[in-house]
Amino acid sequence: MPFSAPPPASGERYALSASLDNARHLSSLLRAVHFQDHATCLATASGLRVTVEDAKCIQANAFIQAEIFQEFSIQEESVMFRISLSVLLDCLTIFGTSSLPGTSTALRMCYRGYGYPLMLFLEEGGVVTVCKIHTQEPEELLDFDFCSTKVVNKIILQSEGLREAFAELDMTSEVLQITMSPDKPYFRLSTFGNAGSAHLDYPRDSDLMEAFHCNQTQTNRYKISLLKPSTKALALSCKVSIRTDAQGFLSLQYMIRNEDGQICFVEYYCCPDENITEAEL
Amino acid sequence: LSRIGDELYLEPTESGLSLRAVNSSRSAFASFLFAPLFFQLYEPGGAGPDTELFRCKVHMKSFLGVFRSLPSLEKSVGKCLILLKPRASRLVLQLHCKYGVTKTHNLAFQECERLQAVFDTQRCASCLCAPARVLAEAVVHFPPTLAEVTLGTGPGGKISLRNYVEDEAEPSKTMVTELWLAEDEFQSVAVAPGSHITFCLKEFRGLLSFAEASNLPLTIHFDEPGRPVIFTLDDTVLEVHLVLATLSDLESNSQSPSTNGVSHLPAPSDDFADDLESYMAAMETSEGCSEGPRSPTFPLCTPRPAKSKPQQQEEEEEEEEEEEGAVPGTPPHKKFRSLFFGSVMTPGRPGPATAQEVLAEDSDGE
Repeated sequence: MPFSAPPPASGERYALSASLDNARHLSSLLRAVHFQDHATCLATASGLRVTVEDAKCIQANAFIQAEIFQEFSIQEESVMFRISLSVLLDCLTIFGTSSLPGTSTALRMCYRGYGYPLMLFLEEGGVVTVCKIHTQEPEELLDFDFCSTKVVNKIILQSEGLREAFAELDMTSEVLQITMSPDKPYFRLSTFGNAGSAHLDYPRDSDLMEAFHCNQTQTNRYKISLLKPSTKALALSCKVSIRTDAQGFLSLQYMIRNEDGQICFVEYYCCPDENITEAEL
Repeated sequence: LSRIGDELYLEPTESGLSLRAVNSSRSAFASFLFAPLFFQLYEPGGAGPDTELFRCKVHMKSFLGVFRSLPSLEKSVGKCLILLKPRASRLVLQLHCKYGVTKTHNLAFQECERLQAVFDTQRCASCLCAPARVLAEAVVHFPPTLAEVTLGTGPGGKISLRNYVEDEAEPSKTMVTELWLAEDEFQSVAVAPGSHITFCLKEFRGLLSFAEASNLPLTIHFDEPGRPVIFTLDDTVLEVHLVLATLSDLESNSQSPSTNGVSHLPAPSDDFADDLESYMAAMETSEGCSEGPRSPTFPLCTPRPAKSKPQQQEEEEEEEEEEEGAVPGTPPHKKFRSLFFGSVMTPGRPGPATAQEVLAEDSDGE
């Protein structure tokens, strides 16, 4: 049940203020990108985007549209700050992470502006918790310059088919090799670990394949340690789109349906591994 | 098999695919033979009638990694193709899954010699057969950390199971658990009265869970202490053997030193020659078996030149008993006798190419 926080004493309005009946709609999505301690939050009129980066090679974004919130008001064109994602998640799940049916944590989020902490008001079963999280100067984010016009290969798969594969990836392999081709093997995930190599092939006519648009045979390798966190997003999602551009940059977009049936997106961008060697077969 | 050893030996034969394992101290050996009928397609290969079928060994962990999650495998995998590619040095395991998805694993393998323990169920004085469930329920009473258990026969045809306690253990600090099973719990009982054997429980538990899961009766062949105990499971398409060394009773061992491999029964020398013929030849000669100090359970298994005198073998064994736990990974008790992995050289018959230790010679020294 949403409740309103007291307005700031000076009469100014909050730069960002939002209410959410079920904090899980936000926390589950944020967990899907939680592979680094810090995240950059960007709020615009369309909603909230939380970005996490690592090694200057990988970037994950969680998008929560304004429509998901019961109330979403922003006074400036955009509001951006850096915050500890670990702390934010701990606060959002302060009443526990197990989801009992019927109970949910209500959230109200307020941000006065640059230099001010992010205020969270969480309520469950009549108990209210107030959290104040320090915000930091936002850092420059990577721009992968990935746009749909430059996409060479694109596949949309039902997540069900990939979930087990990603969960069981041979982590003794340094890389995950992705092959996309208009010819066999169409879509192949390969690892080269201590035991030997392993290949996972998805044919283009598989029931799992929702869309198959491959124009060119491409084989790219990505550091497996960077991609492994995307398994969390995969686990939540119902569909995933896999795209590569001419330089081998990878875009993974996950369509996630929350408990209320609303759609949110999480995307991962990854650079190809520079130490390319001949692939083992 | 993974409860026994770290390496999986794959040996295709005309009568099926044999998967085997042996433990580091050579006191446990297991083999699973899957008949050709078990498979949809079975082609053991071989270029011609005279060439030996290729065999190899792979790391147990690598192989098990392919079949990681059994429940989901059952739901999603339609068929599994196993190909041995000697030229590419790869064992290929290909799983054909739901939705047309194919998972291909290319595992590195090592060539190896034939791994075969020497045993003969016919020579065992006692034999028990019981549904796996009965034994599983009996074994559950023992702590999971228990190393050895003693199986014995008692009055009224009852069978006992008791945890083995080392002589050095303090009586006040040890707990002894003993349970008795009535003859009617078994499907068949043919035992020499008053017999008992002590073997390693841990290695047996692995087979027991398999037997329970596949709902097969378990047959136990045993003889005197010191001679191996053989557990078998039989099915139309599967034959399983688990051979475990047993603790020998040194006090009652008044026989000649080279008791390994030779029947304790006072057999005339004619039987002795027959025994030799029934022994299998190959010795495991790959790198893995020569690491560390010699196992007290098994003096063989090294690339060193064979020592051919039984008397010397006895001396070795005496020396070994003085070593205190020198060998890592051996069964805890020093008195375990070994399994039979050697080839036996009959006087006059050309022996195999590799140097072998003679386990038994003509018993004219007795």
